[in-house]
Amino acid sequence: MIETINEKKVITTPVTDEDIRSLKAGDVFYLTGDVLTGRDEVHKKTLREAGGFPADLRGGVIYHAGPIVREKEDGSFEMVSIGPTTSMRMEDFEPDFIKKTGVKIIVGKGGMGDKTAEACKELCVIHCAAPAGCAVIGAASVKEISGVYWPELGMPEAVWHLKVREFGPLIVTIDSEGCNYYKEKKREYTARRVEMLSESETK
Amino acid sequence: MSSNQKIVNAVAEYLDHISKVLPDDVVKALTRLRAEEKNKAALSVYDTMFRNMELAEELGKPLCQDTGIVQFKVVCGQDHPAIGEIGESLKEAVIKATKEAPLRPNCIETFDEINTGDNTGTGAPTIWWDIEPGRSDLEIYVYLAGGGCSLPGIAKVFMPGQGYEVIAPFAAERVTEMGLNACPPLFVGVGIGNSIETAAMNSKLALMRDIDSSNDNPNVAALEKELEEKLNYIGIGPQGLGGSSSVMGVNIVNTVRHPATLAVAVSFGCWCHRRGVISFDKDLNYSSKTHTKFAK
Ligand code: SF4
Repeated sequence: MIETINEKKVITTPVTDEDIRSLKAGDVFYLTGDVLTGRDEVHKKTLREAGGFPADLRGGVIYHAGPIVREKEDGSFEMVSIGPTTSMRMEDFEPDFIKKTGVKIIVGKGGMGDKTAEACKELCVIHCAAPAGCAVIGAASVKEISGVYWPELGMPEAVWHLKVREFGPLIVTIDSEGCNYYKEKKREYTARRVEMLSESETK
Repeated sequence: MSSNQKIVNAVAEYLDHISKVLPDDVVKALTRLRAEEKNKAALSVYDTMFRNMELAEELGKPLCQDTGIVQFKVVCGQDHPAIGEIGESLKEAVIKATKEAPLRPNCIETFDEINTGDNTGTGAPTIWWDIEPGRSDLEIYVYLAGGGCSLPGIAKVFMPGQGYEVIAPFAAERVTEMGLNACPPLFVGVGIGNSIETAAMNSKLALMRDIDSSNDNPNVAALEKELEEKLNYIGIGPQGLGGSSSVMGVNIVNTVRHPATLAVAVSFGCWCHRRGVISFDKDLNYSSKTHTKFAK
């Protein structure tokens, strides 16, 4: 479901294909609801093991993140700090991960490559970037940690189940038409780099 | 209190502080770049960064969840009374700060692939030593080496015939290929030397220097400026989403080369460049010139 709250575009999970299609590369939005973390090891383990991802991700959100979590005396968890990690490291696994889990929104740092962009187009999925290094703002939007799966992978690698409110700003980097914002930008930067270097040669 | 315990407590407290408060020079650089920024999306990223800095200080939480691997460069006067205890004290300080700040456990024993859980392990924390004759004070440079900003680091030995002109394309390619994911605006450290490790070490030392500082050699200082302008022209902006600049600054540290080699290395710091210097006198009174809010 998408609504506008205080001029912010807010999406609430579970996410539908219609929600996904309404978001275009470069758009900014916020998320409310359930988010699950998963990075390198989680992607590998999900694809390797028959049981797959340890929670239901259909219509859900996977967040490439490795948080700092503090276990409180009563055994519950407190989110100290959370922010995105480089999504590109998951590029080789992401298409199969999407197919196996039915995830709809991937959140991480930076953009992703052609393989993910194609899978996004085929399966109506988006990737978006969260501002990195802004982990306190990230933690403030986590209202509750409702559980942890695969804790044996260690704190940064485990799957943390988060309840978030207005988590963002998230910037759409790959939309469901496969449009890749970072790839376009990278082309621009490379062009300017080449231009800048050829200028200095003629000097 | 034993001198060991004094160093442990002071360094643990300092690690806690630098994980939550950026050094004065970084705040100054970010403030300048934000004021010069014209791109609207980029401005909203800067707003988020500044809001995050405020909240981190207010709530006493680490600015970024990746608190890195702790690296120390110890510059110790030969006559400092605690010289024999520093190494062990630094290790203890890391363990203490990991629990208390808290810092994220980031040390994976290679090949065993086990997270040690306390940010120490084989060769960790990193400690580089300089023993200074005729001095009795102690300076400890502290750096939290995050994964994202360590990733683009690169070093190569060129043939000297290629000249110092190799530096700009070498650094610029790294910025456009890998820099976007290193949380720009970046801080670029260039190291020049005779072999791969001298250049690499110099590039890391360049990141320990103040962003506003210049190399003592005027030719090298000019190259620092030139590189900064060139990289800013590319305009990767904060988070690599595009903007009026790319870098907070460029520092070069250079040592001799061999007649047959020119080694060049580039290390990167992210916008959240958590490094500082804590200085002790011989009685272990301490202060930090990089972090004026670190009171004592
Ligand atoms: S590059 Fe720096 S700011 Fe970005 S996630 Fe890593 S440590 Fe944090």
